Amino acid sequence: MKRRQRQIVDYSNRKWVPFWMRPKEKKLNRSKAGNGLLFTLMFICGIFMALPLVMIINNALKPLDELFQYPPKIFVKNPTLENFSDLFVLMTDTWVPFSRYIMNTIIITVGGMVGHVVIASLAAYPLAKHKFPGKNILFNMVVLSMMFSWQVTQIPQYLIISWLHINNTYLALILPAWSFGMGLYLMKQFMEQLPDTLMESAKIDGAGEWKIFWRIIMPNVKPAWLTLAIFQFQQMWGNTGGTFLRDEELKPLQYSLLQITQGGPARAGAGAAVTFVIAAVPIIFFLVCQSNIMETMTTSGMKE
Amino acid sequence: MADKTVNTSENSIKIAKNHKSLKYQIHKNRASYFMMAPYFILFFFFTVLPVAISMILSFTNFNVLEMPDFVGWKNYIKLFLEDDIFMISLKNTLLFAVITGPISYLLCLLFAWIINEFKGKLRAFLTLIFYAPSICGNAYVVWNLILTGDRYGYLNGLLLKYEIIDEAIVWMKTEKYVMPILIIVQLWLSLGTGFLAFIAGLQTIDKSLYEAAAIDGVKNRWQELWFVTLPAMKPQLMFGAVMQITQSFAVADISINLAGNPSVNYAGATVVTHLLDYGSTRFEMGYASAIATILFLLMVGTNKLVQRLLRRVGE
Repeated sequence: MKRRQRQIVDYSNRKWVPFWMRPKEKKLNRSKAGNGLLFTLMFICGIFMALPLVMIINNALKPLDELFQYPPKIFVKNPTLENFSDLFVLMTDTWVPFSRYIMNTIIITVGGMVGHVVIASLAAYPLAKHKFPGKNILFNMVVLSMMFSWQVTQIPQYLIISWLHINNTYLALILPAWSFGMGLYLMKQFMEQLPDTLMESAKIDGAGEWKIFWRIIMPNVKPAWLTLAIFQFQQMWGNTGGTFLRDEELKPLQYSLLQITQGGPARAGAGAAVTFVIAAVPIIFFLVCQSNIMETMTTSGMKE
Repeated sequence: MADKTVNTSENSIKIAKNHKSLKYQIHKNRASYFMMAPYFILFFFFTVLPVAISMILSFTNFNVLEMPDFVGWKNYIKLFLEDDIFMISLKNTLLFAVITGPISYLLCLLFAWIINEFKGKLRAFLTLIFYAPSICGNAYVVWNLILTGDRYGYLNGLLLKYEIIDEAIVWMKTEKYVMPILIIVQLWLSLGTGFLAFIAGLQTIDKSLYEAAAIDGVKNRWQELWFVTLPAMKPQLMFGAVMQITQSFAVADISINLAGNPSVNYAGATVVTHLLDYGSTRFEMGYASAIATILFLLMVGTNKLVQRLLRRVGE
């Protein structure tokens, strides 16, 4: 079957859309038997997939005696919020004020995420839509770079970071994160799908490359950069600072939370609460992004 | 008169040649280069350079503390001729990749496609459920509970209750169970990057394509999937394939956490666990870099093959 050219029609400034142009509510080509089969499959698998979520929530609500119960039970019997109050007490009792850790994490996570999405998208646009010398080499380099084991590039990377004198600053975490290969690849693949006519008409209207990128390309690949934001948020949020941040005042939240869990069995309750908090933040971010991906569907079409 | 025509054509050839020249092309596309500059400058420093250094280190003897000394192909020769464990780990990795790679990939696609049938909040929630193992940090520790070796482990308990086995099995210390269990856990973890990319990719498909296809005689959802959906999301399929390759060849974390490193008789050894053994336990970075280079070549080859296959989707 021949692939059709995509047509993007803008209904947004029309007052009345005739019924045959309105988006269809019912999906085409769907049989009841097929629906039943697929949804049953999904339900069974869903139970297994949800297991870690269920465990984390239940553990966070368990009182100490249930946490130490052997054999361990998945579901909590007498839920309490004690673990969270324990955690809260421990948080007020740290070396550096706890708000400092939160601030560090916000800088690292938001900086690493927004910067990467912007510069990776900027680089992906010419790679997807323009022809110029060196294009294939640059793109292939990015794709292939993902296949080299990061475990062995750690030491050379550390040497380069010290050589650039950005060791023990936020930049030591943020700048390498901006250069991840996956983001550029993802953005390039989505931009490639956009029809060329979209850009040509904008060019005729006198828009420059910069304007085309921000006003036409980015709104049309919103699902892509929201997905990339999820990946990058997760990556940056999980960062403990490692060998790059030495000063206590620069360490991220993840580091201090993991310190709390390392206090042995006495901290088991607070530890369960920590696991919950560490998982909850990216999940909330995930849900916000995912619901916005869906919104693009209903308001699809070109935006001005 | 004739002179003039020759002249103009010569001129136009000159102009055409000039347009083809590299300098002109670079100047014409300077906006593109400016847009790419910030990313690629960082990419060069933090990715290209470290990879290049590692590749050079693979020809040296480097213990991290002293200056590396050049040993030529020695590391590679040792890898293939003397290192029996590398051969075991290579075999395990290939087995792992051949099984989990394609299955994970199809699972990602299948579940993304089913979830695409739902709308609104329910959809976001379902996506979360299926993505949960990837978002909950090291979620595979759940499997430690299930696979506990005594009779209180969930799996042993279940099998004992229904009298399928007589005594508890120490799952992760029994050689023949290690690989199958690792494969199952990896499949459970497989709905990650590729899955979310497919979910987003399904969103960008133009809805009018489906209506047109229905008029053209596409009868059911399966035909629609093959003739409309998959061809329309080819770029995402390519992306998913690359991510799948990088994940299934580089598997190490679950093996180390569930089977230990080294595992029983190296039953769970993979190329990356072997690399970690040399890189972070024995501090032989030159040798570890050689392992990484071999793994890299393996992935590049597989990628070539898979991309060729994917070009045929929907034909």
